[in-house]
Amino acid sequence: MTSDFASHLYVFLLAAFLGLEVIKRVSPLLHTPLMSLTNAISAISVVAAIEICGLHKGQTTVLATVLGTIAVAAATTNIVGGFMITDRMLKMFRKREVKK
Amino acid sequence: MTITAAADTTAMFDVQNVIGTATYLLAAGLFVLALKWLSAPATARRGNLAGQIGMAAAVIGALLGHNVVRYEWIVVGFAIGALIGAPMAIWMPMTAVPQRTALSHAFGALAAALVGTAHYFLFFQPGNHLPHSITMGFLCLEVLLGSLTFTGSLMAFGKLQDLLPTRPMVYRGQNVINFVILGAAVAAAVSLVINPALQWLFPVLLGLAALFGVLLILPIGGADMPTVISLLNSYAGLSASMMGFVLGNRLLIIAGALDGASGLILSIIMCRAMNRSFANVLFGAFGQVQTAAATMEKKTVRSSSAEEAAQIMEAAQSVIVIPGYGMAVAQAQHKVRELYDQLTRRGIDVRFAIHPVAGRMPGHMNVLLAEAEIPYDRLVEMDQINGDFPQCDVALVIGANDVVNPAARHDKSSPIYGMPIIEADRARTVMAIKRSMNPGFAGIENELYYADNCLMLFGDAKAVVGSVARELAETAVATSVV
Repeated sequence: MTSDFASHLYVFLLAAFLGLEVIKRVSPLLHTPLMSLTNAISAISVVAAIEICGLHKGQTTVLATVLGTIAVAAATTNIVGGFMITDRMLKMFRKREVKK
Repeated sequence: MTITAAADTTAMFDVQNVIGTATYLLAAGLFVLALKWLSAPATARRGNLAGQIGMAAAVIGALLGHNVVRYEWIVVGFAIGALIGAPMAIWMPMTAVPQRTALSHAFGALAAALVGTAHYFLFFQPGNHLPHSITMGFLCLEVLLGSLTFTGSLMAFGKLQDLLPTRPMVYRGQNVINFVILGAAVAAAVSLVINPALQWLFPVLLGLAALFGVLLILPIGGADMPTVISLLNSYAGLSASMMGFVLGNRLLIIAGALDGASGLILSIIMCRAMNRSFANVLFGAFGQVQTAAATMEKKTVRSSSAEEAAQIMEAAQSVIVIPGYGMAVAQAQHKVRELYDQLTRRGIDVRFAIHPVAGRMPGHMNVLLAEAEIPYDRLVEMDQINGDFPQCDVALVIGANDVVNPAARHDKSSPIYGMPIIEADRARTVMAIKRSMNPGFAGIENELYYADNCLMLFGDAKAVVGSVARELAETAVATSVV
């Protein structure tokens, strides 16, 4: 149990440092889309919510299913909305058009 | 027990498990690539696509999991989420992006808090046993962060949407009360770690954290929103990461850590751009104490007209526009684009100086100007453009205030002393568009407006920029007829 947590802490540490290094390079131009994209990515909690909603009836409670369903809905809102609005924003960033 | 099942990677020849692990691994890799590609506008859309594929892979992996045997509620959740998320993304005007972002942090945090709550109560199902204290510790952190980020983000949304007063709300002993409530929440969490069977205490923990989230945002003013939104972004990510620790799910840990790191970097950039510390932003209640700033002696400003402004700009070789929140409020970006077209058509060099905290969230001005189809190579960061102001003929300030206040450079008594500013005052002529002489958000007088080289254009940003652009268009027609 404890060694599992230790290895998870390593994963967290490495991911955090990787994140810091990669995100430092993001141009300030794109800070708004960066935030909407990372927000969509952190809606990965949907996988845990899916697991709760999908539990066999004998293994779960009504409360857990209700909470799980709301969580799936909330996370899906961020996934669908987050990726779509990020794309909408990124499409707007254009280089100078060639004038005739 | 369901919760450790996700971490169980020892089962051999288990196709479901292999697929699950493979999809999660793929998702983790694609998420990192997504952020890497986002670094430049040329590859950014590819980054977004990578994120989408990663997410789709992870969702498929989750749906194929061992413990997922019922799909009806999952489908209901998907449908509700898509019905809320898609319209928000398609029809939300770009000026409302800060509100949408705050709301999405609330949704993300809500999901984390609810998942944590469900996991906690599932421990008491027959056949399950109480969690290890380490697991319980991470679970408490998850719901603590999730719950306070949920209510905090809703508060931020309320302020950005003008449902709540955007002025800081302060009262005596505010910080003491906040710390007591946070302390009580932490105490509840510690008690739960020691004895996870204290079921009554869990809702108390949720409630205290939610209350703390509300109180934390009360004293935050609009000018501090960029920092606070970034911080809430970081918390929402961290709470997803904590969920990963509870479940032993590495994908959650990684994705949450990436989001947490991103929010952290943005908040550091925002704090630096205001020369303030986190503690000062969160507990300093900016803009409240500075009523003494009214001691400024009465000076006169030079008010000007759209005609005069157009004439001066026509004679210029280079114009630098400094946009601020006022441009967003007035939705003036499309008029700014018309002005930009008129000037560039005459061969005048037009650039935009973007202060990191201009607007209500990081990158807010860039998105608005990009929406108005202003090429992004015209949008220049503060540090890169400040050296060019002495050679600049016209600095046009549109709805920005504190970020161009020269007091930040020399007036030690000013609350914004030391904040890096856009040095618009060094341009030959400064034109500032403002609705009235009311001080800006921080309640600080701006000496720029009283400077000899400054002309004031009073009015709504959209109307004023529109009439300057029209003046320029008319003179263009007149000269072409001649």
